[in-house]
Amino acid sequence: MSAASKDIKVVNEKIVENATCTFCGCCCDDITLTVDMDKKVITKAKDACVLGKSWFLNHVIEDKPIARIAGKEVPLDDAINEAAKILMDAKFPILYGMSDTVCEAQRHCAPIMDDCGGTIDTTTSVCHGPSGMAFQGVGEPTMTLGEVKNRADFVMYWGGNPAEAHPRHFARYAVTPEGMYTPNGKDDRTVVIVDIRHTKTAGVSDIFLQLKPGKDFELLWMLRAACKGVDIPDDCKDICGVEKEVVEDLFQRMKNCNYGVIFFGMGLTMSRGRHFNSGALMALATDLNEFTHFVAKPARGHGNVTGADNVVSWQTGYPFGVNFSRGHPRFNPGEFTTVDTLSRKEADAALIIASDPVANFPKPAIDHITSDKCKLISIDTKNTPTSEAAHVSIQTSTYGINTGGTVYRMDDVPISLRPAFDSPFPSDLEVLTKLRKKVNELSKKANRPYATKKYM
Amino acid sequence: MNNEIRIINGIVFDPTNNIDGKVVDICIKDGKIVSEVSKSAKVIDAKGMAVMPGGVDIHCHITGPKVNLARKLMPEDHRLDPHFKTPNTQSGSGGIVPSTFATGYRYATLGYTTAMEAAVPPLTARHALEEMYDTPIIDNGFYVLLGNNLFLQSLIAEGRFAEFKEAVAWWLNATKAYTVKLVNPGGDEPWKGHKNLNVKSIDEDSKATDIAPRKVIEAFIDAVHELGLPHPPHIHCNNLGHSGNYDTTLETMKTAGDRRLHVAHIQFNSYAGEVGKPPKSASKEITDYVNEHQNITCDVGQVMFGKAMFMTADAPLTYLLRGYKKEKWVNADTECESGCGILPFDYQGMIYTHALQWAIGLEIFLLSKDPWRIVLSTDHPNGGSFANYPLVIKLLMDYEFRKVAMRSVNQKAMNSTILGELKREYTLNEICIITRAGPAKCLGLKDKGHLGVGADADVTIYDMLEDKEEMFNAPRYVMKSGQLLIADHEFVSDYTDKKVLRVAPDYDKEIEKVIKPFFDDFYSVNYQNYAIQDDYLHGLGKVIGTKKKNSIYEN
Repeated sequence: MSAASKDIKVVNEKIVENATCTFCGCCCDDITLTVDMDKKVITKAKDACVLGKSWFLNHVIEDKPIARIAGKEVPLDDAINEAAKILMDAKFPILYGMSDTVCEAQRHCAPIMDDCGGTIDTTTSVCHGPSGMAFQGVGEPTMTLGEVKNRADFVMYWGGNPAEAHPRHFARYAVTPEGMYTPNGKDDRTVVIVDIRHTKTAGVSDIFLQLKPGKDFELLWMLRAACKGVDIPDDCKDICGVEKEVVEDLFQRMKNCNYGVIFFGMGLTMSRGRHFNSGALMALATDLNEFTHFVAKPARGHGNVTGADNVVSWQTGYPFGVNFSRGHPRFNPGEFTTVDTLSRKEADAALIIASDPVANFPKPAIDHITSDKCKLISIDTKNTPTSEAAHVSIQTSTYGINTGGTVYRMDDVPISLRPAFDSPFPSDLEVLTKLRKKVNELSKKANRPYATKKYM
Repeated sequence: MNNEIRIINGIVFDPTNNIDGKVVDICIKDGKIVSEVSKSAKVIDAKGMAVMPGGVDIHCHITGPKVNLARKLMPEDHRLDPHFKTPNTQSGSGGIVPSTFATGYRYATLGYTTAMEAAVPPLTARHALEEMYDTPIIDNGFYVLLGNNLFLQSLIAEGRFAEFKEAVAWWLNATKAYTVKLVNPGGDEPWKGHKNLNVKSIDEDSKATDIAPRKVIEAFIDAVHELGLPHPPHIHCNNLGHSGNYDTTLETMKTAGDRRLHVAHIQFNSYAGEVGKPPKSASKEITDYVNEHQNITCDVGQVMFGKAMFMTADAPLTYLLRGYKKEKWVNADTECESGCGILPFDYQGMIYTHALQWAIGLEIFLLSKDPWRIVLSTDHPNGGSFANYPLVIKLLMDYEFRKVAMRSVNQKAMNSTILGELKREYTLNEICIITRAGPAKCLGLKDKGHLGVGADADVTIYDMLEDKEEMFNAPRYVMKSGQLLIADHEFVSDYTDKKVLRVAPDYDKEIEKVIKPFFDDFYSVNYQNYAIQDDYLHGLGKVIGTKKKNSIYEN
């Protein structure tokens, strides 16, 4: 099998070639790991960026119990039974997270919530959720990252800072690589950065547009109007902080390139306007197809947040914020998204998988999730404020380092992981498989109010 | 647990074994049809019911990356059609692109037990396999998009046909596909690389690769023939959807000579008239050719009024159609391999072109002389949902109903066709051929589409009703691999011995040395991480053997 791992054993050192780093949505699959099998640590991560190095090299097997209930160590099965019981007994159970685990584990999540009539939501709801909603409204011309490498002669980043958040994005996919129709790498590309401040990313740009904060939509709409033949207004600088001539020049470059791409980040999706901003950007990319080939792509963050979107979508029809309380999936961001279900004190049980809301959420949400009104269950690879606050806490092995499986790169390309060394902790897949089975058993016993008729 | 079933008193339709409406017992053991079972077998009394093999959909779009994008695109559509949870089944969303669970259940509730996904780019084939694992009940397989693969095109252009054949075999193995799919061959490069252009003729050299679509088609037909795949190249012809395209379709079929070729959703390729003007029917020209050439098989791609979703690797066509209503639109380029366009659509009876498309599809069904080589499909969801199949069957079986239906649609379109003059009514036996026996034969699936000893025990039992739409809409019993799933119209289980059907032709391992440098230069995924491991079949994989054939009639 050509894809099999080429492990070469040198005493107690192991080399893992073509490993994938799951730190960010770039999912670089060309990392060579050197593993000290005695100490169970990765000593070298060749070709990894600074974030990837810290992800691989700092990973140690911690001396912690696998499962705890109310802080006391218990056998794993007890913790799973307790978790299943909490979820089944709850009136409004929620499941949240999933972006830092493999698809194989993610696919058990929606069925668990289906069985207990709960709500499933992913970290998408606090990052590119607005882009997901904009997608539902206007669609999106898009591509895999290799197309950018091979063809793009106009590359734009809007409201993102890949130099610090996706460090290899430039070199592997978008700015410097030499592709089929871009044989001279960066020399064949025009790189434009749009942001409200001069970040590290702005340093690589040929053109940098410093926008007035909160004026993304205005600039996008001017460019859309320009596509329809409307002039850029004279008071352009007053409106969005960029000179009229600069915007006119930008528009000409967008129109006249051969293959244009815009990557956009949370500077766009999470500032005022949210899905209107993402929608305007996707619509602009669509409009530009009147003149040339133009695409856009959200630069997704976590290693497998794109996979979570995909799995929840194929199982329920919707990407995040899905509720099963009426016996079928319903989608309503704002109603079924986790910050909202917690802040409104609706959820009375929360299963948190591979994410840390207690550290990141707004205060009302944290207050509720840590209160005795909401039973908290955590499945995570590390100790986090969430796992420490949880009633049931299960520690699992880390994807991409200890366990294999599938992750989706930010451009929806599925990649298989090559784990480096074993962990004493169970995988997310193992825990969620057991939990799904248990919840299913309980749900069959619970005799829920859907029609049950015995035949044969 | 006793796994034997005897179906008694049923009126059996098994065209493969020349049984046309005879009352015979069907015995099932260990997931297969057998000649006899013990006395303790479970007995199903099918008195007054039609017993048929499980349906086989040869061309639909139900799993994979583009399907999932289309799913995400349509919350408003899912909302109108929830799929409820039951004690034996999971919940899901319906609509024109249902969720995976709903897709499996809904196919089963039409009596279909096999459905082939018609277009998956190699780079994202893992995604398709993962969705198949989450699609309950039905057997799946997929056709891998290779017609716009830049590496393969370069081999053709350089005349390296021996290596080309090996590379095709490598790609089929690497992706676990069932056969090769060609979509608008040669059309991606002008679209992606030359500001949204397209090829216009199968003899035109596309700017980027200096290769005419005909050369690509020819090379694939040759290679697949040499490899002896159970199903020939599955082609979505150039100029699909354009007026006057029947010429291209005829030329494409002629390119095959006497080697096998499957023309997908042929209705969309049977238009006369001038480019850019409203189409006319060329169903006669197309069916004449198909009737006379046993090497050609096709599925119809019947258009049905109501909601549809364009979902195709033919990106330029989708963009062109977007121009009409400026609806939300998705385009998704896959590096070095494929394009993709997605667009929600609505076929309306009062619109000339839509009514004409509907009529052309029916004409093709009614003019074809060999039901074994023409398969019922709506190119789900491009021509309409697979949920329309029972209605298509009624239109084919009932001349009077067809006449009534014709009255309620665009009359200018109806007057320009010969549909009203075609009085043919399909028999139940013929319906059984175009929905089961035929597609199984076209796919080279010897264990499917019939009820002879040794066949997979995929069995559907319909109440014999006057209204054929009603009849085919709700089978009373459905069995898959000998497992009773639907009894008295309700799910009793969703467990099946599901299979993912694929081919694994032999190839020379040396070819990897030729392919790898191209990956290193132009792909964004590592060569070593590209080929799909067996894990992704989840133990469901079933390899269908290879053998050279010139028609479906050879064994």
